Amino acid sequence: MTIAVEPAVQGDRVSLLRVLGPAHVWALGVGIVLVGEFTGWNFSADKGGALAALIVCWVVGLLYTSVAMIDSEVTSTVAAAGGQYAQAKHIVGPLMAFNVALFLVFAYTMLEVSDAILLGDTIVAKAGVEGLTHNSFIAATIVVLAWLNYRGVLMTLNVNFVITAIAYISIVILFFSVSPWTQGAVLKLNELVTPGNALPYGWIGVIAAFQFGIWYYLGIEGTTQAAEEVRSPARSLPYGTMAGMITLLIAAAMTWYVCASMMPWEYLGITYYPLWDAGKLTGSPLLENLLFVATLLAALASANGCINDAARAWFSLGRDRYLPTWFSAVHPKYRTPYRSILFLLPIALAFAFIADLNQAITFSILSGVLQYTFMSINIIMFRKKWPLGSIRRGYTHPFHPIPAIVLFCLCVVTFFAIFLGFGSQLIAMVAFYFLISLWFHFYRYKFVRRGDQFTMPWPKPQGY
Amino acid sequence: MSRYTPPEQSKAGQVFDIAVVVVAIFVALWLPLKLGLAGAAKSIDALDAKTWEALGQNPTMASIWEKLGYTPETAHDIIQNRFHYVIDWPTLIIMAAVLIGYFVFLFRASDREYRDVINEKFDDK
Repeated sequence: MTIAVEPAVQGDRVSLLRVLGPAHVWALGVGIVLVGEFTGWNFSADKGGALAALIVCWVVGLLYTSVAMIDSEVTSTVAAAGGQYAQAKHIVGPLMAFNVALFLVFAYTMLEVSDAILLGDTIVAKAGVEGLTHNSFIAATIVVLAWLNYRGVLMTLNVNFVITAIAYISIVILFFSVSPWTQGAVLKLNELVTPGNALPYGWIGVIAAFQFGIWYYLGIEGTTQAAEEVRSPARSLPYGTMAGMITLLIAAAMTWYVCASMMPWEYLGITYYPLWDAGKLTGSPLLENLLFVATLLAALASANGCINDAARAWFSLGRDRYLPTWFSAVHPKYRTPYRSILFLLPIALAFAFIADLNQAITFSILSGVLQYTFMSINIIMFRKKWPLGSIRRGYTHPFHPIPAIVLFCLCVVTFFAIFLGFGSQLIAMVAFYFLISLWFHFYRYKFVRRGDQFTMPWPKPQGY
Repeated sequence: MSRYTPPEQSKAGQVFDIAVVVVAIFVALWLPLKLGLAGAAKSIDALDAKTWEALGQNPTMASIWEKLGYTPETAHDIIQNRFHYVIDWPTLIIMAAVLIGYFVFLFRASDREYRDVINEKFDDK
């Protein structure tokens, strides 16, 4: 791997390092998301049955394909740390950017919390020692990964690449070990998913399943957070994001097929470890241990990527004075946003101890869906303010505005799904975003340097 | 257009702003948990006869439950713990109004701020 190192200091400002390639972008995106195959997606079976989990796997896959297409176009053009935050700043305005950064920080921090809880619970379940709790494992996971992120982005994402690849290969090994081409020997889909139990709640259950269907892919858009640290944003970001999405669609389909063919839907819907359980049910100690280790690695990779992304979004807020500038410091030696990493550490620890797994997952999903709603409107505004040909785009996504419309409609369905389970939480969170937006618009915005918010070398947007 | 020069924020002001954000985060995320508002309505539809047949499990399903270490008695509360989806229209309308109001405010207020940014950025040239 070749590493291009920029001068450590530009003028008197220390900058982030441009050292990442497409493989790192893939590792960041898939690393964050792959844990969703090891836990979380299966709660959609609880919501609507095994068939509902498959339907949302495909339909939510369509939602995320739209996200990846839209994101690839905008990010390959607006290549700056903060990803969607930087997009919002250049296309919609400072208040929207402030909100998008908070969506990102909440989505990734709560995802990190979910990963740490999963890791702790998995170790406790494996140990089978009475009285052993997950608390020490959760704390150790969050603190060690924060330290890794503090020490440097290249090392962080190299580690992520390796552990994500191992976790992914374990799913492929499990899939081919259970003879997927034959039914009856190991896999018994026809006997476990029957016309009588495929959709136990009918179509309302399918809609409700959207809430956790998001978990199959949540976080793939995190690839854009690396925009300021990749050597060639126009090439690496679309390539890494699209490759990541294809990888995840294959993993999600394999995971559903194996798990739905090996467990009754009622059990599948409540277990925290569907793939590890599938490994156990094969009767092979090798597969059982492989899936146990892969569950831990997937959780580690995801938490690692989440700390990376949340810290960069928080760092961007400080750098633009949307929050106190203290957060915008870059470590003089490691070139990482170390104060943001350290600030978010106790918040993650606190919620890891007060929330349970599906509550933490729901917090993360809520912020994710708010962000996708923004993205569907953002791309329409982007094309309107700078039509094709008016600026140089790294990548132009096809069929515009169909992906944006599909994304918006699926976000509305997902809001309804969240309402069916966590309506009060959704209202509480939106009320929070509304109040903090008032705080920003009427108070904090006075500290923001207006003209500095627009840094791209583009012409004036149409209509202004 | 003259260039806007923001005021310098004191250290105490920065600390206060950080505290406001942290408190707001904890209130928004922690309060629904504390008040027990998080989580869907699920309840156990209890059965008198706790057999695999009564629980709707065929022999294949029953054998897997047993392999996972469950008996009909221990699996009963898992299998019969069901969602009861009810659309609470007043809450749905409140949720829709809050969401729409939030996004309308966001885009309108952002646009006002964005015009400042564009005016200052492009009038400089």
